Amino acid sequence: MKSGSNLEKVLKAGHFAFTGELGPPRGCDVEEVKEKAQHLKGNVDSVNITDNQTAMVRMSSWAASLILLQEGLEPNFQMVCRDRNRLAMQADILGAYAHGIRNMLCLSGDHQKFGDHPMAKGVFDIDSIQLISMVKNMRDNGTFLSGAELHGIPKMFIGAASNPFADPFEWRVHRLAKKVEAGCDFIQTQCIYNMEKFREFIKQANDMGLTEKTYILAGVTPMKSVGMAKYMKNKVPGMDVPDEIIKRLQGAEKGKVADEGIKFACEQIEEFKEMKGVHGVHMMAIEWEHKVPEIAERAKVLPRPVVD
Amino acid sequence: MIVAKRKPFEEIKEMIKDYKKVLNVGCGTCVAVCLAGGEKEVAVLNAEIDMARKLDNNPIELGAQTVERQCDHEYLEELDDVIGDYDAVISMACGVGIQFLAERFPDKPVYPGVDTCGMSANQAVGWYEERCRSCGKCVLGMTAAICPVTMCAKGLYNGPCGGTNKGSCEIDTEQPCAWFRIYERLERQGRLNNILIYTPPVEWNDQIPRTLIQPGYKKPEKAG
Ligand code: SF4
Ligand code: SF4
Repeated sequence: MKSGSNLEKVLKAGHFAFTGELGPPRGCDVEEVKEKAQHLKGNVDSVNITDNQTAMVRMSSWAASLILLQEGLEPNFQMVCRDRNRLAMQADILGAYAHGIRNMLCLSGDHQKFGDHPMAKGVFDIDSIQLISMVKNMRDNGTFLSGAELHGIPKMFIGAASNPFADPFEWRVHRLAKKVEAGCDFIQTQCIYNMEKFREFIKQANDMGLTEKTYILAGVTPMKSVGMAKYMKNKVPGMDVPDEIIKRLQGAEKGKVADEGIKFACEQIEEFKEMKGVHGVHMMAIEWEHKVPEIAERAKVLPRPVVD
Repeated sequence: MIVAKRKPFEEIKEMIKDYKKVLNVGCGTCVAVCLAGGEKEVAVLNAEIDMARKLDNNPIELGAQTVERQCDHEYLEELDDVIGDYDAVISMACGVGIQFLAERFPDKPVYPGVDTCGMSANQAVGWYEERCRSCGKCVLGMTAAICPVTMCAKGLYNGPCGGTNKGSCEIDTEQPCAWFRIYERLERQGRLNNILIYTPPVEWNDQIPRTLIQPGYKKPEKAG
């Protein structure tokens, strides 16, 4: 065991993992975190806690992760490269581990231009792949990035993101390979809507042997409305939403669009369960946490396994 | 070359509002080429100040002098005899020139007339595009001569990030993704191997004021 986190145990035991996501509040309201967490409890193996997502200031990721721990859920502490340099990153990793956080997700981070402080200085001292390598180095070699020895070693289960749909498509699997080489234990992908392209991506990853070296959790976000689908298609960089999906949602009965969105998500999950090289699903029900129990039920991923 | 942009007039006017005699010093090199701080721009700014101060009933006496290069002692010498007549100086050189001029005349308040905006190339008349942030450890050999520090909005060394969007950067559809172009050019040259391997964290070289001594030269005994 690298970290002994619940997520690691579930994956290692060969179960199909199911992870969730929670965005911390734009303030210090603990109740808001607890409320969202209640919907996820027992329905997912681990919960990603976003780090100033879309470059909007929120309660810090490690702090919200601690609230989750107190509530009896396992957090997956996200860390972006935009807001901290290598000193602050390593310090936060140590602090997070000391408080019981065992999973991390290493990301570049959306550009600050998108957020509420567009003129902030973007740090990007190191990039996401370098961050993976830094965390692995801390864990496996017991040293800081500088080479100095650590007193007390943070044993994190190291995650990274992968976007199979950004251009150039041929390069995507190589970028995944770089993340694996840098030392990531699991991957959570960008939200998948274009299944055909994803099948091709996974096939490439299988052919390169990458899916044997890292666990792949396929990213799923159920569409709530036609407007959301169109927004994702046109406004979110690196997102691939085929027209069929939009048509399918448009074809749904009045008042049943969200239901159709969940139905499509469940069909995806059924396919992922059978897909070679996919080890689980990462459910990003953005501001839709209360729907997760229903989605998990309908996707037949309950009860979640308990592994000792 | 180094490019700069003339500061907004109101800002300049505010900086010098308490002075009655001001010398405006242009620079004949980079900032003259990029139309921000050469002889012509000095004359234009002085005319604007002169007019505005008259309207405010607060007339000012202005001097104008453009030296070949403000980042060179040799050319600043010509100011030695004139500077004493003035209460303050506006420098329209880049940030380097402004500081160098101020170092030579430590008793004079010196004000910037331009905002220095980087090292850029001339794409068309009056249009400049940044290309280098002088990081001190050039990786253009790896990246098909496209700078990841300057041209990638996140300065990534292992790009592209997940935000690259049909060849543009996530920040703007008008901004090409540097890493997309690096990929394209390396592929065209059959050199994709360059970026298949992981690039470790950079040792930033631009965190303290840097000095440079070319081979065969040494630091003068009494360097300023
Ligand atoms: S890598 Fe970029 S910033 Fe650094 S010296 Fe080369 S061109 Fe300039
Ligand atoms: S989209 Fe391309 S240029 Fe923009 S931040 Fe990402 S890698 Fe850099």
